Amino acid sequence: MTSLLIAALVLIVLGLAYQQGAARSRALAGAGRLHSRPRYHGALVALWAAVPLLFVLALWGLVSGALEDWYIQPVVQANVASGDSLATALQRVQGLASGFGVSGQPAPWEIDAAQTLRAFQRQLQFSAIALGAILAIGGLLIARRRVSARLRARNHVEAAVRAALILCSVIAIFTTLGIVLSLLFETLRFFSFVSPAEFFFGTVWQPGYASTGSEATGGYGMVPLLVGTLMIASIAMLVAIPVGLMTAIWLTQYASRRVRTLLKPMIEILAGIPTIVYGFFALVTVGPFLSDLGDVIGLNITATSALTAGLVMGIMIIPFVSSLSDDIIRQVPSAMRDGSLGLGATKSETIRMVIFPAALPGIVGAILLAVSRAIGETMIVVLAAGNAPILRFNPFEATSSFTVTIVAALTGDSDFASPQSLVAFALGLTLFVLTLMLNIGALAVVRRYREQYE
Amino acid sequence: MDRQFRSPAAPAGPRIRPAQHDTVENPARITARDVDVFYGDKQAIFDVSMDIPEKSVTAFIGPSGCGKSTFLRCFNRMNDTIDICRVLGTITMDGEDIHDPALDVVELRARVGMVFQKPNPFPKSIYDNIAYGPRIHGLVNSRAETDELVISSLKKAGLYKEVADRLDAPGTGLSGGQQQRLCIARAIATGPEVILMDEPCSALDPIATAIVEDLIHELKEQYTIIIVTHSMQQAARVSQKTAFFHLGRLIEYDTTETIFVNPREAQTEAYITGRIG
Amino acid sequence: MSAPSLDPEAQANSLRRAQVRRSLTRRNRAEARFRALGMVSALAALGFVAILFGNILSRGIPAFWQYSAVLNVTFDPAVVRVPERPVQGADQSDADYQTALLGWQRRFSMVNWNTLISRAVLDAAPAGVTADQRAVLSVIDSGARFVLRDLVLQDPSLIGQTVPVRLLASADADNWAKGKLDRSLPDERQQLSRPARDLIDAMTTQGSLQRSFAWHLFTNVDSRASPASAGLAGAFVGSLYMMLVVILASVPIGVSSAIYLEEFAPRNRFTDVIEVNINNLAAVPSIVFGLLGAAVFINLFRLPLSAPLVGGLVLTLMTLPTIIIATRSALRAVPPSLRQAALGIGASRTQMVFHHVLPVTYPGILTASILGVAQALGETAPLLLIGMNAFVANIPATPLEQSAALPVQIYLWQGNENRNFFEARTFAAIIVLLALMISLNALAIWLRGRLERKA
Repeated sequence: MTSLLIAALVLIVLGLAYQQGAARSRALAGAGRLHSRPRYHGALVALWAAVPLLFVLALWGLVSGALEDWYIQPVVQANVASGDSLATALQRVQGLASGFGVSGQPAPWEIDAAQTLRAFQRQLQFSAIALGAILAIGGLLIARRRVSARLRARNHVEAAVRAALILCSVIAIFTTLGIVLSLLFETLRFFSFVSPAEFFFGTVWQPGYASTGSEATGGYGMVPLLVGTLMIASIAMLVAIPVGLMTAIWLTQYASRRVRTLLKPMIEILAGIPTIVYGFFALVTVGPFLSDLGDVIGLNITATSALTAGLVMGIMIIPFVSSLSDDIIRQVPSAMRDGSLGLGATKSETIRMVIFPAALPGIVGAILLAVSRAIGETMIVVLAAGNAPILRFNPFEATSSFTVTIVAALTGDSDFASPQSLVAFALGLTLFVLTLMLNIGALAVVRRYREQYE
Repeated sequence: MDRQFRSPAAPAGPRIRPAQHDTVENPARITARDVDVFYGDKQAIFDVSMDIPEKSVTAFIGPSGCGKSTFLRCFNRMNDTIDICRVLGTITMDGEDIHDPALDVVELRARVGMVFQKPNPFPKSIYDNIAYGPRIHGLVNSRAETDELVISSLKKAGLYKEVADRLDAPGTGLSGGQQQRLCIARAIATGPEVILMDEPCSALDPIATAIVEDLIHELKEQYTIIIVTHSMQQAARVSQKTAFFHLGRLIEYDTTETIFVNPREAQTEAYITGRIG
Repeated sequence: MSAPSLDPEAQANSLRRAQVRRSLTRRNRAEARFRALGMVSALAALGFVAILFGNILSRGIPAFWQYSAVLNVTFDPAVVRVPERPVQGADQSDADYQTALLGWQRRFSMVNWNTLISRAVLDAAPAGVTADQRAVLSVIDSGARFVLRDLVLQDPSLIGQTVPVRLLASADADNWAKGKLDRSLPDERQQLSRPARDLIDAMTTQGSLQRSFAWHLFTNVDSRASPASAGLAGAFVGSLYMMLVVILASVPIGVSSAIYLEEFAPRNRFTDVIEVNINNLAAVPSIVFGLLGAAVFINLFRLPLSAPLVGGLVLTLMTLPTIIIATRSALRAVPPSLRQAALGIGASRTQMVFHHVLPVTYPGILTASILGVAQALGETAPLLLIGMNAFVANIPATPLEQSAALPVQIYLWQGNENRNFFEARTFAAIIVLLALMISLNALAIWLRGRLERKA
């Protein structure tokens, strides 16, 4: 109800201010040429009125809860019986104040406290709205007085628009900052339990089930996870690079245009499928198939293994490699291709000896991006790799990875402040740094490659 | 025909004087009969027939888009690399039909080298650029043979002195004119009998152009050269025979002397005097 | 043909021709091999698509049909004994009334609905088939009692009447009837007792137990106790809320930011930093965004766990780079002549962008946004980290309530202990998710085609 009222208030202020500004500037129009059209004057006045109003309302929304607590806490504290929880008492009072009521008969002091709280809430709300309205009207009046034929209203409005646009672009930076800071902060907390040396170089992963506050138990060495991650990613690349690259080569160099326009989107479907789908496919179809296949050829392959996860991840990455390589191969100037064909080279000789070497830097960049993708891939590995964080190099057995362990650490029952949970952030930071380096390297290589042929 | 172009009243542009060449015509090496080329539904070349004499330079001139490059690319079947392109008619080289299914296009292109409009050295060393053709064709069997062939090709292309000390440097690091001569050396290395040149100097400065033109002059002693050029001066300077193309048709084909001094067709006259172009 | 002379040049030529010809067989074979390799790769990639979809469809589609029976249920007053619905007294607080109401509803749950169900089943079964109540009840989904309860809660006048009600077969019964259980196993290894199995067989032959389209898959919420009636409604609404948050947040922010970077930003260090930053952000693994959500939204801002709002915010941050990059390339495709024309007639930069450039790029931006949303729809990993893997058995009323989401529901179902039944059901959920994503993509393609033709 209140929020509807406030929304209505904002809308009314906006409409009124716009109308005032526009009307006033229209009235001036007779006197001489206006620098800006009336609607810009209207928008400018509306901005002057709405910005302070919204600012006050936002402030109120942010701090009112804390203010209310601060106001009522002493009252509750004075009355609450020792031994009873202060938080529960506070909640009861707030429940009474909100009008929803509490179960059981409220104590007289609770009703009193609730009434004071309610009164305070009303005052706060009223003063927020009043302050907002005063500022809005003030802004409106000031802006309205400033309306004149020579006022460069359009430029002001455009500056405001530009400021809003800049604000939006900066969000991306804040996201990165948020990622880096939160990962760093939680990682430091983790390192207060476990030494970085143990984390980075330890070869045993066995987080104990210690409760909060106690010393970390068990091993937190990430080497087994790193090995698992790299093993799965390598298998994935062994599938994706040859298939993806050859697909790209065939589609760009051999396939007729009709086949190409038909097949390319069909293969790219693979890229749009959610990873959870691949994960489940790996778990119920590919895993058992590989295990049966292992039985036939006399290999002991576990259904959930590095091989299963890597194979399916490779399939997922095929279109990623093929469409990136496709773009890169097509950027190789056709003069190069013609030069080779003109010398009498066959198509495959041209591709292998001229086009491929020319495209190599770009392809390397694409592959780096694909590797970074493989390392950060989560759901396939969670479902199909078996979550066995043991240091071993056999791809036919279950393994684990950074991402699996992050999911396991944060979806378990451990307290957020325990090392068992915090380790997720240390792993996340490692993963972030690893992929960041790969991405920066890849982007640099690809950019240099593009410049070479522009 | 529109005779107006010939009337003395029409302002004639400055005449281009062809260089004096021996007028004895060499026997035909390549013959084209009734060649049509289509890009999809669009016809680019209409019914062109001509004989190209051996060991001489034949120039194709005409306004841009007239089909001269397309026609040139018929001689080594480069048009095959374009999906939608179809070539009809017969082209024979030494009496053999180049579209004969028994003839491998690889073999044809080994015999008919090509130099392109923009120098296009491969992203390899100078040495490997030249060795590429002989290697893939199996023309060289040892490092010594390759060395010899690379050096002799570079010498023929007049580039050896400039790059002798840096054969391992990337070919893309050379200047434009040097790159184009590298491409010529590369074409020579496979031992072609015919060299097609598609506006080889259009991306070069005048000095580099002059060097390449001199080179063409020397090369015609050994090779049959067909050159497409948008510069009439160049055609006049380097060629013995000139073909003028307009809108996909061969308008006139004769000795360069005749084309530039005494053309039969009004359109040719109009083009060489600069009234169409 | 040139005259057959023996001059050295002609000899060299014919020697070379012979050499080239000799190399041809080997080279053509290599060519064919290479070409075949390329085609095999492309076909393999295509084959993977086919296998994946074939597998999903063949195993998921049967789950859209489930066995159920239309039973004549008699609401025997002797069994259904419940008091009147409480009315809120004048002096009663809302909280007290809620407690009373809950108590009343609890009385309903304590009614022995199972008696009614087993009577109705035995009525419907062919004459001569007998089974104890436990066996009978194992045939019908355990959620059936809530179906009956809700019917009476809605319309208490049903008490004493006999009405036809469609009740779902239990997961085990469904598996048995579909032939997914091994009939040769001995009794002690069967999930269903012998009388129950006989009852199912009798009822299916008789036709009282039939397959019908499982609409409840779309209208019910998830359920652990009664797997046969578990549905996707909660996940649907949860995903819908998240997509709303993504659309409302990431599209305006992403497009604005692309406009600024492409049209206004001066070329300086600051812009470079933003650019590099966005490109890198696009390649950050999605799970890292989940960690950000867990640390900042959940732990720092104390936003509720498992809420679509938080999920939506995390996905917004994740899709933002995609939308920015796609919008920028759409803006970049606008010919400079249009910009110059607009500036030339005296438009300001802002006017040029908003009046001339944006209308032209609108199809591209729309497509980019839809594709970004489709990508967000299928994302699972970050949601797990903000607690969305919690089991939630209701439809969230607001984006701040606990909720499931489609991809997370798939994750939860694949982990269900009743693998035999939930495997098909998970595939069915996957089909639903993929169908949604494919329709979003198709919408994007269709809109682009339509709008571009107009423009």
